[in-house]
Amino acid sequence: MAFNINAFANPKRFMWLSGLLLPWVIGITIITTAAGLYFALFDSPTDYQQGETVRIMYIHVPAASMSMIIYISMAVASAMGLIWKHPLSDLAAKCMSPIGAAFTFLALFTGSFWGKPMWGTWWVWDARLTSELLLLFLYMGHMALLNAFDDPARGTKSAGILCLVGVINIPIIKFSVDWWNTLHQPASLVKAGGPAIHPDMLIPLGLMFLCFTGYFTLVLFIRMRSEIISSKVRALRLRHVHG
Amino acid sequence: MKKKTRRLYIALVGLCALGAIAALVLAALEDDIVFFFSPTEVIEKGKIEPDRRIRIGGLVEAGSVEKAADGVTNIFVVTDMANTIPVHYKGLLPDLFREGQGVVAEGYFQNDVLVADEVLAKHDENYMPPEVADALKKSGKWEEGQPITEALKQGHVPDELKDK
Repeated sequence: MAFNINAFANPKRFMWLSGLLLPWVIGITIITTAAGLYFALFDSPTDYQQGETVRIMYIHVPAASMSMIIYISMAVASAMGLIWKHPLSDLAAKCMSPIGAAFTFLALFTGSFWGKPMWGTWWVWDARLTSELLLLFLYMGHMALLNAFDDPARGTKSAGILCLVGVINIPIIKFSVDWWNTLHQPASLVKAGGPAIHPDMLIPLGLMFLCFTGYFTLVLFIRMRSEIISSKVRALRLRHVHG
Repeated sequence: MKKKTRRLYIALVGLCALGAIAALVLAALEDDIVFFFSPTEVIEKGKIEPDRRIRIGGLVEAGSVEKAADGVTNIFVVTDMANTIPVHYKGLLPDLFREGQGVVAEGYFQNDVLVADEVLAKHDENYMPPEVADALKKSGKWEEGQPITEALKQGHVPDELKDK
């Protein structure tokens, strides 16, 4: 086989590649955060029906999208870990879930603070809100299962299976607003026919997307690198004791 | 079969089975998952018992909003363009409550009138600056509640607004 997927699952190669990319990721994250927040908060128009509250969108929408994108990435990593037993993909799944949980919480939190002035309620049990809350519980269950066993390998396997089962929830979140009557409005961004957002608002939103993606990549790299280094330290200590 | 291949098939079959189960369960529970019923759905259900709490949703019919003689009860009509239901609501209406806008009202039926104790605003998925909305309305290319995707794409935004 000319193409060997194992080449990417090599921790040494990952350390080299992520070390090379890290300064760029940091730079992109800082620049897009500064530019995105400036446009989102100061230099973008108000909305014709929501007024200034529309600025919550610039945090809420990217956070909600990241919560689903990270879950899908985690499910792919878990599947690769379960099927092909790549240790690096197990590690990636483990490092992703707290970041995904944080974005899910951010989406729910900003959504609640947006819902009160616009809809007139902090929370309702409609299909969109409920399935997003379920996503938060899936992330927390994943983290709990990882640490629930004395044997880390068993924890990894159980958490991986939970993650794969939970991936069913992703299309439910995305299409809940089309399949059922919900209080949450239908999709504005990823929908048939293109976005229903004016370009003056779409550009800051795109910058915030880059900012959130950069932040996710940055934190994921740092977490994975420190996990790899600490396992190396453990191995060296063991060798020292037994050697 | 290699172990890896077998694990791959187990995962694929498992996910397909799970997807099918989820789809069947969600389809069966549809009436419990929907957040509200449209006026047409309510009328199809026949008589609603007066002790059954129900949520209805639709648009606030244009020209239907008024205050009752007591000065605190809001009276309006919810429509889905096919059928209508009158609503009485004592309390503060959300800021986004307007004629022609989406609304969800929750309460009990009394003589074919929904006496609501909670009214929530449901807004559409369009985002644009107020000047653009006004210009689009004036040009007749768009009205509230309609999707703006096409209007935005066809560039029905006046040039003098584009650099704003």
